[in-house]
Amino acid sequence: MLRIRKLPIIIFALFIIVFPWVSRLIPVIQNYPDLMIFAGIYSLITIGLSLLMGYAGQISLGQAAFYGIGAYVSAILTATYGLNPWFCMIIGMIVAAIVAVLVGVPSLKLKGHYLAMATLAFGIIVFIIFNEEVEWTGGPDGMSGIPGLSMFGFAFDSVEKYYYLVWFFVFSVFVFTINVIQSRTGRALRAIHASEAASSAMGINVSRFKVVVFVYSAILASLAGSLYAYYLNFINPSTFDLFFSIKLLIMIALGGMHDIWGAIIGAFLITFLSFEWLHFFGEFEVIVYGVILLLVVIFLPQGMVGIPKIFKGLFNRKVSNG
Amino acid sequence: MPMEKITFANQLLQYLITGLTVGSTYAMVAIGFNIIYNVTEIINFAQGEFVMLGGLVMVFLHVAAGLPIVLAFPLTVIIVTLVGMLLDRLAIRPIRQPSVLTLIIATIAASIIIKGIAMFIWGKDPFDLPAFSGRNPIHFLGAVIQPQYFWIIGFLIVIVILLTLFFEKTIIGKAMSACADNPDAASLVGINVKRMILLSFALSAAIGAVAGITITPISLMEYDRGAMLAIKGFGAVVLGGLGSFPGAILGGLILGTIESFGAGLIHSGYKDAFALIVLLGALFLRPSGLLGSIEVSKFKRF
Repeated sequence: MLRIRKLPIIIFALFIIVFPWVSRLIPVIQNYPDLMIFAGIYSLITIGLSLLMGYAGQISLGQAAFYGIGAYVSAILTATYGLNPWFCMIIGMIVAAIVAVLVGVPSLKLKGHYLAMATLAFGIIVFIIFNEEVEWTGGPDGMSGIPGLSMFGFAFDSVEKYYYLVWFFVFSVFVFTINVIQSRTGRALRAIHASEAASSAMGINVSRFKVVVFVYSAILASLAGSLYAYYLNFINPSTFDLFFSIKLLIMIALGGMHDIWGAIIGAFLITFLSFEWLHFFGEFEVIVYGVILLLVVIFLPQGMVGIPKIFKGLFNRKVSNG
Repeated sequence: MPMEKITFANQLLQYLITGLTVGSTYAMVAIGFNIIYNVTEIINFAQGEFVMLGGLVMVFLHVAAGLPIVLAFPLTVIIVTLVGMLLDRLAIRPIRQPSVLTLIIATIAASIIIKGIAMFIWGKDPFDLPAFSGRNPIHFLGAVIQPQYFWIIGFLIVIVILLTLFFEKTIIGKAMSACADNPDAASLVGINVKRMILLSFALSAAIGAVAGITITPISLMEYDRGAMLAIKGFGAVVLGGLGSFPGAILGGLILGTIESFGAGLIHSGYKDAFALIVLLGALFLRPSGLLGSIEVSKFKRF
């Protein structure tokens, strides 16, 4: 993915802009803008995670915790202390970044599975804190009374307004991330993914770059968490449990971890699967998720974005055989 | 029965005994991690599901189907062992380009599938299993010891002895150790590496099952216990040193004890957090573990 084509981005942006008007005309998909808000919020997290997995070759199983940190910092500072929501959003990102440095620096120095396990442990600890610190977080019952967002007197108080706000964030992050990928940093990251030994021989500080990506992914997750809290005006710990971290992993694997488009495709698919299409399975949807994840890893290691390549491969083979 | 005066020292002894018992279970989980890791260099995130299955299958065979313990116990171990072998055949072996990332994802996928199926079969309620030799506690210096504690610690000792004999005295065990040292060289001298991997999954599933069967009479068992058991078992692995069997035992016992003291003396709501904080601390301060070696870990592929 050395060159980013502008056309798909423009088409996608147009689709996002037009979609709410289209959905109003078709009764079956009238509630889809609401779902697309969640797809957008999840996209913010998966963009960061896909950089971490696809470029730095590391897994985080604690992304739900950063999502939760964003949500809880915003919720507590606004609902309990009455601070400005935008300001709290930034505080949330700073807190997430600091925590990510603390968790990431030691575990990214090590090879292999350590970040996965450290973030898994970290995620569970944070989840326990959300449940136990009742005076701060409201415990398992959660927190209500979180204000919505507004700017210069304009309140983002309807689904459509919030939809555009969330997708504005997604596009900003998307474009920024693409620019990062194409920069010196991006080249370093790709080199690290290809060979850590070679890139460190070339003078790239491998673990520092990994930490930077991890912190970036944590900041994005925190931003997503704040947006979630301001949208629903209510949060409780179960949103930020281990299974959500695994769901994020499924989004990345399903969409394709080596392409930033994969992050968005995966976020869309899993949002719609979990809110709309898997109702039939009820609580047993977890089995479906497991099967999807396993099938993708075995048969579609490139994810959904790899499908065109597979077809192209088949076609080319036919041509060369003929 | 007259209330005995419980002194602080009695209480500490109680925490220690409980901690060592729970720690023995973590040690068994940790040994399971190490067996698979040593042969394949995979951290099997589904390790805790073997423990959960061990408990629930035993409940089904012993309580629901009414089989005597001596029959239900080995049968449970066999069933869970088969699940472990299926895990290798269906989730690990089909992966064509194995990397740390894909193998982690595959075992995570397997773990949520196993968990979902367990929820489908047993529902969400926790199940109890009768203790092997009753629930009349033994009083010792003011601490209360359940007879089941001896079974758990006893099985840990039996497993350790059998594994030591297996790895040091049998040809298959030596072949497995060879795979752990160098899979390419092992296959050059005619060792079927794939079969050794299958065997490692079978062995570690069997040990997980024993852990589940023995702990259920004390702590009950439900479908979603696997993840927490796995992460604590992994905490024991890291604390002791990845790949080291004595380390796994030491790590498990220390972790169980810290958890027990932490929950008793500091805050019981954070019971599960203590083990994880220890895991993080160990990762950050001494990632090679108490008995592991950083030099060895450099030779590992992942």
